[in-house]
Amino acid sequence: MSVSQISVFLENRPGELAEITGLLAAQNIDLRALNIAETTDYGVIRLITNCNDEAARILNEAGFILFRNEVTAVAVPDQPGGLNRVLKLLAAAGIDIAYMYSIFSESKGKAFMIMKLSDSARAEALLEAAGLAGIVPGTDALVGKE
Amino acid sequence: MERYYQPEIECAAPEILRQMQNEKLAAQVRHVWDNVPYYRAKMEARGLTPDDIRTVDDLKKLPFLTKDDLRETYPDGLVAVPLRDCVRIQSTSGTTGKRVVGYYTQEDVDLWEECCARAITAAGGTNEDVVQVCYGYGLFTGGPGLHGGSHKVGSLTLPMSSGNTDRQLQFMVDLKATILCCTPSYAAYLAESIHERGLRDKICLKAGIFGAEAWSEEMRHDIEKSLGIKAYDIYGLTELSGPGVSFECSEQSGMHINEDHFYAEIIDPDTGEVLPEGTQGELVFTALDRKAFPLLRYRTRDICVLSREKCSCGRTHVKMKKPRGRSDDMLIIRGVNVFPSQIEAVLIEQGYQANYQIVVDRVNNSDTIDVLVEMTPENFSDSLAQITKQEKDLVGGLKSMLGIHVNVHLVAPKSLARSEGKAVRVIDKRKI
Repeated sequence: MSVSQISVFLENRPGELAEITGLLAAQNIDLRALNIAETTDYGVIRLITNCNDEAARILNEAGFILFRNEVTAVAVPDQPGGLNRVLKLLAAAGIDIAYMYSIFSESKGKAFMIMKLSDSARAEALLEAAGLAGIVPGTDALVGKE
Repeated sequence: MERYYQPEIECAAPEILRQMQNEKLAAQVRHVWDNVPYYRAKMEARGLTPDDIRTVDDLKKLPFLTKDDLRETYPDGLVAVPLRDCVRIQSTSGTTGKRVVGYYTQEDVDLWEECCARAITAAGGTNEDVVQVCYGYGLFTGGPGLHGGSHKVGSLTLPMSSGNTDRQLQFMVDLKATILCCTPSYAAYLAESIHERGLRDKICLKAGIFGAEAWSEEMRHDIEKSLGIKAYDIYGLTELSGPGVSFECSEQSGMHINEDHFYAEIIDPDTGEVLPEGTQGELVFTALDRKAFPLLRYRTRDICVLSREKCSCGRTHVKMKKPRGRSDDMLIIRGVNVFPSQIEAVLIEQGYQANYQIVVDRVNNSDTIDVLVEMTPENFSDSLAQITKQEKDLVGGLKSMLGIHVNVHLVAPKSLARSEGKAVRVIDKRKI
């Protein structure tokens, strides 16, 4: 449930994001998740694709600055209180969440979230034990199991 | 072992050098008096005749020349020989106003090229070397000066001129260039390109001679590390001949002024008083040998310090510290003097590139200064919190260096123009 993520530095200019999605589309790369954190001048766009190595190569060649790391995929029960259950578990273990965002997915009964956690190894063991381990369907960077 | 192009002059005993300067100065003042009515009138206005100037100690009596005088006499009002004796002109880029045109006799060209030959030799150059000159050729003095100097040393000279980075790198590799001559910003750009293309192991460079724009010690360190070379500073101005007015030796702690040709003074830019050695002030030059364009007491606008401390290289000529900035590059922001080199030093210290742009404006009668900085892989991560913290640190670093608040804008890599000539680092939008 550890999953590979690419972050890209993006200056706030019309068409910048479209340039990235255009480059990926041209190589038939499928976006599995996307999140933008922004300031007035720039943003950090975080991506998970079906083929991160290829996506990173293309963006790197196009002159973008990238950062790659592992984040945690979490399966959140798709019902009232579902996310709360996950967050309570992490809070009780003293694990911080730096950021989180959701995944494009069609899995029934579950909403998949991506989280950047302060102690991912311990968090992932806890989540797995609680049946909350997530995956990102359709990625080649999948580690762990459903 | 230190090499010299003209050891008998470069290492001359101080009293012999002084004697040489005194004799040349007296003859030069006579030459100007006889042939340049514009300057003669300035001397007459002070009640001076050539007999009043016998030694360099008498120089302080003479009136200054400034860029305004050059503009007023444009193009040839200060030329001291018949045009039939001139063989060349060179010209400034005109970035600070009207172009300045300098005239040269063959003798003037030779002495200029000898000055550049001294610089190349001090950087370790011999007739075994391959010198790649990627300063611009043409009106700009950079290309022709180092080109001529390289010929005088007997090095194999690659007259590349500026630009066309692909071709620069191809020749650098194929022809095994050992000495690179260009602006420091282009050297940094070439270094970047060399690493991007994985050519680091294929280049044979051992030294670089970089001038024509201000650069910091941090930038020197970066270029030296990146290319595995020694990077030497060189200084000059078209009004006096071009590059080679002064140059660095192996000690790399200031540039020896070729003072057998160019006598240097430091003055208080406000009062014009000559300041004692070791005091910071405006650099003023008197050309002792130039025939066609013999400027006396020319104010450079460059702010620096002179030092006569004994140099380990054996040269006896006075050293000038790296100019702290041209006084006309100096920005005054809300009354505070700001030199772009100070901003550059903070950027490099915090892991950013020396490629940046300063935008100065005036909003509601108050000056604003914005610095555009390219994001680097080292400073980027998935954490916006971390990036904004680094940005705050940069603002803090600039504030403590300059004493004023600077707005920092992080921009995409390579989005600021890389200069192949002089970098346009400052955009001043103020309408004052």
